Amino acid sequence: MPTYQLKVNGKETTVEASEDSPVLWVLRDHLDLVGTKFGCGIAQCGACTIHLDGSAVRSCSLTMASVEGKSITTIEGLSEDGSHPVQEAWKEVDVPQCGYCQAGQIMTASAFLEANPNPTSEEIKTAMHGNICRCASYTRIHKAVVKASENMA
Amino acid sequence: MSTIENKTTAFDRRSFLKTSSLASGGLLIGFNLFQACKPEVVKEAAIDLAKLDYKKFNAFIKIAKNGAVTIFSPNPEIGQGVKTSMPMIIAEELEVPWEMVHVEQGILDTEHYTRQLAGGSQSIRHGWDALRQTGATARQMLVNAAAARWGVEASECTVKEGVVANAKGETLGYGNLVEEAAQLEVPEEVALKEPKEYKIIGTDRVNVDIDEIVTGKPMFGLDYKAEGMVYAAVLRPPAFGQKLDTFDATEAKAIAGVIDVIRIGEKANALLDQEAKNWTAILSSSDKVVVIAENTWAAIKGKKALKATWTDDSPLESTKMQDEKLMGLLNGKTFTNLRKDGDVQKAFAQADKVLERTYESPFLPHNCMEPMNFFANVTADKIHLVGPVQTPEFAAMGVADMLGRDVKEVHLEMTRMGGGFGRRLYGDFVYEAAEISNALKKPVKVVSTREDDMTTGVYRPAIKYRIKAAVKDGAITGYHLKEAAINSNMYGLIPNFFPAGAIDNYQVDVANYSSNITTGAWRAPYTNFLAYAEQSFFDELAELMEVDKIQIRLDLLEKAKGNKDERMQYSPERMLEVIKTAVTKSGWGKQPEGVYQGFVSYYCHNSHVAEVADVQIEDGMPVVKKITCVVDCGIVVNPLGALNQVEGGVIDGVGHSMYGDFGFEGGIPTAMNYDRYRLIRMKEVPEVETHFIQNELAPTGLGEPTLPPAGGAVANALKAATGKRIYKQPFMEDPGFWKTAEKPILG
Repeated sequence: MPTYQLKVNGKETTVEASEDSPVLWVLRDHLDLVGTKFGCGIAQCGACTIHLDGSAVRSCSLTMASVEGKSITTIEGLSEDGSHPVQEAWKEVDVPQCGYCQAGQIMTASAFLEANPNPTSEEIKTAMHGNICRCASYTRIHKAVVKASENMA
Repeated sequence: MSTIENKTTAFDRRSFLKTSSLASGGLLIGFNLFQACKPEVVKEAAIDLAKLDYKKFNAFIKIAKNGAVTIFSPNPEIGQGVKTSMPMIIAEELEVPWEMVHVEQGILDTEHYTRQLAGGSQSIRHGWDALRQTGATARQMLVNAAAARWGVEASECTVKEGVVANAKGETLGYGNLVEEAAQLEVPEEVALKEPKEYKIIGTDRVNVDIDEIVTGKPMFGLDYKAEGMVYAAVLRPPAFGQKLDTFDATEAKAIAGVIDVIRIGEKANALLDQEAKNWTAILSSSDKVVVIAENTWAAIKGKKALKATWTDDSPLESTKMQDEKLMGLLNGKTFTNLRKDGDVQKAFAQADKVLERTYESPFLPHNCMEPMNFFANVTADKIHLVGPVQTPEFAAMGVADMLGRDVKEVHLEMTRMGGGFGRRLYGDFVYEAAEISNALKKPVKVVSTREDDMTTGVYRPAIKYRIKAAVKDGAITGYHLKEAAINSNMYGLIPNFFPAGAIDNYQVDVANYSSNITTGAWRAPYTNFLAYAEQSFFDELAELMEVDKIQIRLDLLEKAKGNKDERMQYSPERMLEVIKTAVTKSGWGKQPEGVYQGFVSYYCHNSHVAEVADVQIEDGMPVVKKITCVVDCGIVVNPLGALNQVEGGVIDGVGHSMYGDFGFEGGIPTAMNYDRYRLIRMKEVPEVETHFIQNELAPTGLGEPTLPPAGGAVANALKAATGKRIYKQPFMEDPGFWKTAEKPILG
């Protein structure tokens, strides 16, 4: 199996993985970063969202070859201690029900706010539309993104 | 202090009596007091644990010498919030500051806990008395220990926030008392707090796992890892009704990371062949092919590379065939009667007007975000099971039975679950994991893909209802509900829901046919669809009778008020209150121009709910803008969490009634993943405004009861907005139906 040089959460990492393995499974099974979740495997639900060079991407549909030399941030690396403004907002609003999709929601929201720090309500809805929450905690997700944008201002 | 039960009795004796009879033989009062929740505290606490007789106690509470309290939450957490709310109840009566409480998930322990399951919205309702008594008993023992040390009467002592004080003003913290308290007799009677004394119950408390969730800590079954663990992907028959014939694993075995390919099913099928055990949740009698791999991706890839042949074991069903069968049942005569009051046929014969309507629903998959998975390590002396299951006790018993082992050898740990919705009541994946581990003699984790999950589910079956009502002299004189379903019918209590007791001639008849498609509970079983059928029927009946849509419900409830029928499940008084509150809060009848409203009131899972949907027309299409939801679930333990449940239930109900569509062709599901199966997403989510009825009655269910009314409220609002009434879910199956809507009429 080929070896890949990756930068994950600021650390240079070498990992041996099958070339067709989605980044999601390398993170979870090889690097023990299980905060990134498996939901659908076809980039439809957003549970596996990570940042690749700062952009939110679906790690379930990302090959290892496509990430070599790039910088990956997972939920574990979003902040050292859960103090990223989006994480703080999630705590303040008490967003989760089951909690499974929330890492992906947070990663989508944080990349979105980085690019658009003062979004309108409609822009938030559009940005978060790709992330499914089966418990339907959507109203709190929306509220927390608003709160995070206020906290970041 | 008097107990809340006494208070509850005064308000609603009937409800109390039912609760206590259901709880009889249920939870024991008791607790387990011993030192230390953290290793360093264990060290400093020199208590001789062997001297304590733990077997007398339940295992809910640990108090460290420094006063830190650990409360074990006994029930599985599926997102309904019990890991926060159940310990809140204990902490309240224990009289400790919530900030000093650390919550841990209890393991499956049938000796010390009862009803360790997540289902029917019953965790809080069933736990309410026992959890309060557990906390209060522990508090009393700590007070007794302090009184003994001071040589005073316990009644002379007061307790506040983990500190006992005597009349002289001397104080002792719980941490200083726990060693002595744990060795005292368990008091038989303890005083419970009055609701007005509550400091934790009724206050907003953030999910106890919030820090772990927002930082991505391993906490779900899929995150679990153990030394030497291998991954297993299971190939099951592609169509319901098929069985495995042969397989060729040559290509699969050539994939890097694939360790082995095995065939399982012998043990599970032997269990299925035995006398049916009520905990058996094995879904298919087919053998299965299992790819064992070093990692998940290799397991998934290996499974794709398998070549298997299947034989048809029973007829492969299609949606068309199911529709015909169900319609045949509705039109036929093979019903089982569940309730019969008076004579509906006579009422129809004498009626001025008769309304009859048929309502149809599709199958629904559960779609838990965390796909099914489980860890098993079967060794000579122990069966270690870890993962997400709503019925851990059944899973442990079933696995022990399957492997011919003593259930005492099973050690089952529950992980936080990425959703349940009823799917994880059926622990088929636990049996699979155990059978695989038993065969391999290795720790193994069974992993499923979304496609596995959606195509080998335990679905909400397609159901059809036919409702017929008789109207004479301006009153509803007869009501006949028929249900045609698959594999099973509505539960015993549902026929006693509204409008039972409100209409003299009332009858419920059910029929089903046995299908090879596995079906089961799906959030608010039966009522998740029945509420829509029934409540759109009443809406239409009001139109036929030319009476106000709220008034038709109020009149029926007023009539039900005097009914002393013990079988009646709902309280007309509580339902009247939620309806009146919803009318006020939603601005019913006073909505601005262009806003069309639909109303529903519904009882299920012991709670009374009313919902009003606001629909507006945007670009020629009706859009659900808002749901006003009024809930009477008794005392709200954690309003912050409860609000989340209500909003989630409402949006889930809107989403599935609008978009949830699932069927079969040749025994194969028509959708396999989210590209073909539509779940509600952010842009489609209406605003939800929630109001809880404030009272001091014992808590009732909340995980499910706000879901069923949502579909009906939307359907009634769609009618108001477009003039079109829909008799089939999902409402948006054919968006063109609405696009061609006539000019909106005022609702």
